[in-house]
Amino acid sequence: MTALLHVDGVSRRFGGYLALNNASCEIGEGDIHALIGPNGAGKTTLFNVVSGLLRPTVGKVSFKGRDYTGLKPDRVLTMGIARNFQQVRLVRGLSVVENVMIGAHARINRGILGNAAEFFGFSIAEKAAREKARAMLDFVGMAGKSDLQPDELTLVDQRRLEIARALTSEPQLLLLDEPAAGMNPTELLELSALIKRIRKQGLTVLLVEHHMRLVMSIADFITVLSAGSIIAAGTPAVIQRDPAVISAYLGARE
Amino acid sequence: MLAQQLANGVMLGSTYALVAIGYTLIFGVLRLLHLAHGEVFMVGAFAGLQALLWWQFGPLAALIVGLIASAVIGMLLELVAFRPIRKRGNSHLAPIVSTIGAGLVLQEVMTKTFGAEQTPFPSALSRVIYNLGIISVTGSQIFILSVAIVTMIALHLFVTRTRYGIAMRATSENLQVAAILGINVNTVILVTFGVASALGGIAGVLVGLNFNAISPFMGVEMGIKGMAVMLIGGLGSIYGAMIGGLLLGIVEVMSVAYLVSSLRDAFAFGLMILILILRPRGLFQTGIRTER
Amino acid sequence: MLSSYWDSVAVFLGINILMGVSLYIPMTAGLISLGQGGFMAIGAYVCAILTKSDVPFFLALVAGGCAAGIAGLVAGAPALRIRGIYVMILTLGFGEIVRVFFLNFESTGGASGLGGIRPLTELWQVIVACVIAYLMVWRIRHVRLGRAMVAIHEDDLAAEAMGINLTRTKLLSFSLGAIVAGLAGGFYAHQALFIDANQFDFSRSAITFLYVVLGGVSNPLGAIVGAAIVTLLPEFLRVVQDWRMTVFGTMLVLIAVWRPDGLLRAPSLHKS
Repeated sequence: MTALLHVDGVSRRFGGYLALNNASCEIGEGDIHALIGPNGAGKTTLFNVVSGLLRPTVGKVSFKGRDYTGLKPDRVLTMGIARNFQQVRLVRGLSVVENVMIGAHARINRGILGNAAEFFGFSIAEKAAREKARAMLDFVGMAGKSDLQPDELTLVDQRRLEIARALTSEPQLLLLDEPAAGMNPTELLELSALIKRIRKQGLTVLLVEHHMRLVMSIADFITVLSAGSIIAAGTPAVIQRDPAVISAYLGARE
Repeated sequence: MLAQQLANGVMLGSTYALVAIGYTLIFGVLRLLHLAHGEVFMVGAFAGLQALLWWQFGPLAALIVGLIASAVIGMLLELVAFRPIRKRGNSHLAPIVSTIGAGLVLQEVMTKTFGAEQTPFPSALSRVIYNLGIISVTGSQIFILSVAIVTMIALHLFVTRTRYGIAMRATSENLQVAAILGINVNTVILVTFGVASALGGIAGVLVGLNFNAISPFMGVEMGIKGMAVMLIGGLGSIYGAMIGGLLLGIVEVMSVAYLVSSLRDAFAFGLMILILILRPRGLFQTGIRTER
Repeated sequence: MLSSYWDSVAVFLGINILMGVSLYIPMTAGLISLGQGGFMAIGAYVCAILTKSDVPFFLALVAGGCAAGIAGLVAGAPALRIRGIYVMILTLGFGEIVRVFFLNFESTGGASGLGGIRPLTELWQVIVACVIAYLMVWRIRHVRLGRAMVAIHEDDLAAEAMGINLTRTKLLSFSLGAIVAGLAGGFYAHQALFIDANQFDFSRSAITFLYVVLGGVSNPLGAIVGAAIVTLLPEFLRVVQDWRMTVFGTMLVLIAVWRPDGLLRAPSLHKS
C-alpha cells in the first residue's frame, strides 16, 4: 500500500485551546479511510488543515510525497484534494448545475482568449463543463434536478450536490465531512453505495462520520481521534475491539 | 519647531479622535456606517456658535449647548433613519442611503438658516497667547486639549463603570447575546447614538474654536476623516480611535509643515491604506469580522 | 428630436447608469466601493487630455477606461485581505487620493480645472455603451467568472475551498467595474466640457452608491431605476426651488425605510 496523504505531527492551536495535538496519519491510495471520534475531538480541524483552510501551528501535510503545508485552499483543490462541508455551503443565486460547475473552476484555466470566447458564447469548454456537471449529478443520484435552485432541495440532496461539486474538480482524494447527517436508512444505503462507486473510479476517500454502522461497513481503515490526539488506528475489526477506543468513544457515547 | 508642530497635530488629532470614537461606538453596536455623523458634528458647531453669539456665555457653555444639540440630532437620526430599517430586516446598505439623505437635509437646513459661506466663530480665548518655552499656544488650544482629555477620561469611565457603558460594550460584543442577557438593545443603541453624537458636537465646537470659522459643509470632510481614523484604529475600538485620531492629526500637520501642504489629504488616506496593508484590522484589532 | 436640455439630461442619465453598473459589477463579488468617483476622474482626465491632442474620441474613451481599469487593480490589491465596511472606507480613501492628486497635478489644470474640452459625447454613443455594459452584466452571470463572483459574495472562505482563486476573481471584478467608471468619466468630460477634481469627490461616489442601492442590489436593472430617480428627481423638484435637497433627502430616508432592499426585487428566477 502506498500512502497518498501524509499528516505529519500536526498541531493546531486556537488561542489557548489545542484542537489538534501532534496528529500523524497516512491515507493509503484507493482506501476508504474513516476518521472517527467524539464531538470536539478535532476531526473537522484536521479536515480544514488537510484542505488548506487552516494552516497547522506545527507539523506538515504532504500529498503524493509533496509537502503542501500553507498552500491556499484553491491550490490544494487543483492539486487533487476536494471536500464537502459539514454545514452545507451552496451558492444561492446559482442553479444546482451551476453550483456543480464551480467545482470545475480549479481544473480549467482558459486564459484571456478562452475567457473572451466564453463571454461571447462561443466556448465549447463551457458547454462541456455543463455536460460534465450534469453527468456528475446523475452519478450522485440527482438526475433531473439540475435546474432547481439550491434552496429547493432537501438537505440530503444538498449534501449530494456538494459531493457532485467536489467530484467535478477531478480529485484524487475526496474528503467527506459527515455526509450521512440527517439521512434515513434508505438514503444511508444509497450513500454507502455511492462512496463505494466513487472508490471504484480510483478515488481515495477520507470520511468523517458519526454513523458507526456505515463506517464499519465501508471503511478499509479507521483512525480514532480523541481530544485532539490520535488514540488508535487500524481496520474496523481491530478498532471495534480496541479498549482505548471503547472507553474514549464507543463507551462514552452508547 | 517640531514640538510646536506636534502640539498642533495633537490639537487637530484630538478632534478627529472625538468624531472617530462616535463612528466606532455606533459601528460597535450596529455594525453599520453612519454617513450623517459629519453633519451631526456640524450641527454641534453651529449650536455652539449660537450660544457664543446670543448669550455670550463663553466657550464652556458653547460646548454644552453644542453637545446637547448634537446628541438630540443624533438620537433623532437613530429613531428616523436607523430603527425603522432595523425593524424591517437586516439591511446593511439601506442605512447608508437613509443617512446620506438625512445628511443632505441637515446641510440644506443649516445653509438656509446660516448661509452657505464660512461663518466666523469668535472666541476671546484665541487672542490670548501663552508662551510655554519651546511652544506657544493660544487659550483656545489649551481649552481644546483640556476638553479633549477630560472627555476621553469621562468616556473611559462611562464604558467601564456605568450600567449603560457596560451594556454598550456587551452589545457590541454580540447583539443577540446582549438581548438574551436582558439588555434592552434598543435603549442601549439610543444611548450609544446620544453619546457618540455628543462627542461629535464637542468636536464641532472645538473645531470652531481652533479654526475660527465654520460652514454647513464642514461635516463632509470631517466625516470622511473620522471614518479613516476608525479604520486606522480598528473598527469598534474606542482606544484605537483615540490613538488613530492623534496619529492622523500629527501626520497631517507634519505633512503641511515639512512636505507639500496641498497634498495633506493624500498623506492622510495614504497612511490609512498603508496601515490597512500592514494590519488589515487596524492598530487595535477587535476581532470583529466585518461580514457584509 | 429631444430638446437640447432634455438631450443633455438623457446623456447624464446614461453616464450615471454606467456609473451604477461600474459599482454593481464588483458588488456581485461582495466588494462595495465608495470610491467610484476616483475611477471616473481617471477616465475623464485621460480621455480629455487625449482628445485635446487630437486622438479620436473612441480610442481616447478606450484608453481612459483602461487607465481606470489599471487603477482598479492597484486599488483592489489592498482590498484583497479585507471585507465589508473595510473595503468601503478603503475605496473611499482611494477616491480621495485620486481627487487630491488631480487637484495638485498642474499638467491637467490642477485646482483651476481642465477646460476647452470638445463636445464629442453624443446620446447614441452613451446609449450604446449602456447596452453593452448591460449585455456584459447579463453575460457575466452565465460564465465562470460570474459564478465565481457570486460564490465569493456568498462566502469567500467556502468559495476558496471550492477552488476559486480569490485574488484573481476579486481583482478582475474590481477592475472591470473601474473600466466602466472610466468610460463614464470619458463621456462625462466631453459632455460637461469642463472638469475639475472636485466634480469627482466623495459625493460623486456616494451618489453612485445611491443608484445601485436605491434601485435594488439584487437586480442588475436596479441601477437604471436608481440612476433615473436620483438624476431626474431633482430636475422635477425644481418646483420646490430652495428646499430641493431637503425634499430629496427626505425622500431618500423614506425610500430606505420603505424598501430597505431597494425598489426592484431580485429577478424571480433567482429568488432566495
